[in-house]
Amino acid sequence: MTNLKSRCCQLLMVLSLVLLLDFNVYAQTAEEKGLEIAKERKARDVGWGDSSADVSMILRNAQGQEVERKMRIKSLEVIGDGDKGLTIFDQPLDVKGAAFLSFSHTNEPDDQWIYLPKRKRVTRIRSKNKSGPFMGSEFAYEDMSSFEIEKFAFKFLREERFDGQACFVVEQIPLDKNSGYTKQVVWLDKKHYRVLKIESYDRKKSLLKELVMEEYELYLNKYWRPLRMEMFNEQNGKSTELVTHNLEFGVGLGKGDFDEARLKNVK
Amino acid sequence: MKLLGAFFIAIYPMITLADIEYHGDAGVEQRYFFEDAAYPQQQRSNLSGYFSPELYTSFNNGDDSIVLKGFLRVDQQDSERTHVDIRELKWTHAGADWEFQAGIGKVFWGQTESLHLVDIINQTDAVEAIDGEDKLGQPMATFSLFKDWGNTTVYLLPYFRERTFSGLDGHFRAPLPVNTDNSLYESDDEEQHLDWAARWEYSLENWDLGLSYFDGTSREPLFLLDTNESSESSIQPYYPLLQQVGLDALTLVGDWTLKFEGVHRKILDQSTSAFVGGFEYSFVQVFDSFIDVNWLMEYQYDERDTETQAQNDLMLGSRIVFNDIDGTEILIGAVQDLDYPNVRSGFIEASSRINDNWKWRVDGWFFSSDEPSEPTYLIRRDDYLQLSLEYYF
Repeated sequence: MTNLKSRCCQLLMVLSLVLLLDFNVYAQTAEEKGLEIAKERKARDVGWGDSSADVSMILRNAQGQEVERKMRIKSLEVIGDGDKGLTIFDQPLDVKGAAFLSFSHTNEPDDQWIYLPKRKRVTRIRSKNKSGPFMGSEFAYEDMSSFEIEKFAFKFLREERFDGQACFVVEQIPLDKNSGYTKQVVWLDKKHYRVLKIESYDRKKSLLKELVMEEYELYLNKYWRPLRMEMFNEQNGKSTELVTHNLEFGVGLGKGDFDEARLKNVK
Repeated sequence: MKLLGAFFIAIYPMITLADIEYHGDAGVEQRYFFEDAAYPQQQRSNLSGYFSPELYTSFNNGDDSIVLKGFLRVDQQDSERTHVDIRELKWTHAGADWEFQAGIGKVFWGQTESLHLVDIINQTDAVEAIDGEDKLGQPMATFSLFKDWGNTTVYLLPYFRERTFSGLDGHFRAPLPVNTDNSLYESDDEEQHLDWAARWEYSLENWDLGLSYFDGTSREPLFLLDTNESSESSIQPYYPLLQQVGLDALTLVGDWTLKFEGVHRKILDQSTSAFVGGFEYSFVQVFDSFIDVNWLMEYQYDERDTETQAQNDLMLGSRIVFNDIDGTEILIGAVQDLDYPNVRSGFIEASSRINDNWKWRVDGWFFSSDEPSEPTYLIRRDDYLQLSLEYYF
């Protein structure tokens, strides 16, 4: 009898616990859920170390004319702060050897420098210019810096299918007042937390750009990278495609390869 | 035998260096001078061409590299402007947080736009352009250390390059020719004097700081009047010894970029100071376009009031960056002498890509001076516009 009673008790406790948990799930705000998804997205991308890639950038105007640019992008993961990136231009030929160095930061504005070989001069890019076009493309400087949770306020919007995959749709609002965007809406697939699409809204809150990520490949059995990214400007009809060739991880890059003082020697 | 094997393993990376990158640029430039020339030998129009090839290779997994950059100019009028130079020929060895370079190199120091006071390693290739931005290759050996407390470089400069000067058929010159075959030096070692320099650079949050020291032959000559046996007069460059301390700084404050360069020099037992400082203010994406407009203002001061034009001058300028596919940029500016209201100059630089290989460029300088004691008086009639077509390969 006592046995049954204690059993009942246990059952009741378990039930109430389940209820409590369930209640908790319902109590989670859209902001908390958005942040949770963003954290999971970041967590799935920890530990990749360093990488190097050859990239083609194809610029298209509204009339369909296109120009191709060539560059190499080196990236270094920084634990505890934003990542470091170095872009070396091979084409157009008049800026061959030009280099763009970017230190993303979690709690302060990014540091960015550009080196122009013709003048042998390294110049800082002002954070105010972060919304400006990167190499005349539809990508802004801020689109080239790494994703950091501290840079945004998140809000979960809904779940929906995109490109045949079940997705979370999350809104992220840039906290930096120099950002050219007032809002970004991000589609991530529920299975791998890969970003499939980003819609960016300008300062007047109208849709400015749509970025689509395609041809995801798995590297080191853990990290997904899109080999094709296309940025459409919804307002001027131009678009820019970034196509990645020869992406390699663990190429032995270190902090010294991302030094402002060494930009002059980059080739 | 084992030793031989080890030797081959050691030099193997060098054998397979193979990959030599070859690229560069060439161009034709047409200048047109607006006023009747000051001297009879000078022409109103001038055609010129240049060729600047570059070879690069790296080995030892990229830890070592060699770069060669040549320069050749052929000028229609001025035989002194027709010249060849090795701009760079250097070997770089990079360690984890240090670097060694040896050969002929080019180094730039400083932050300001209108004047480069701190920059001293390379001699100015003055026949190239009036703005003094073109430099001759400088023989050097350097050692750099990259640390959290800053980047430090020590330079040994074993050979001095003389400044180039326009010939009698060229523009931008004094009434008398400069006799560069007869230069004088303060040092008994003349151009063999071993110069040295050191620089420390530090970057912190919104600040870029540079502190430098130079001890050696001044890149800037003094001028003496020389008369030969047949009583023909010429100008003789005299290169004194110089010790210079330099400080340069750049900081970002809100929407402003503040820039400063200051030097303290000791030449022939005389100490003088000079500085240039100012700001750049950016309006980004004006009129809802992607065009950036940057306003520049810099004040130039030099204690030596007759030897330089930058003794008490104000520069105002604007750089317009179109952020388009062709990379179009326009820089316009004016420099007003605050001591002499009628002494001023203006400049324009504009360039844009035509396609992947070709680029056009327009450069112009305009001078106004009625003050014979000011150096710009000599070039008061040298207003010109230049159209260039450049080919990159």
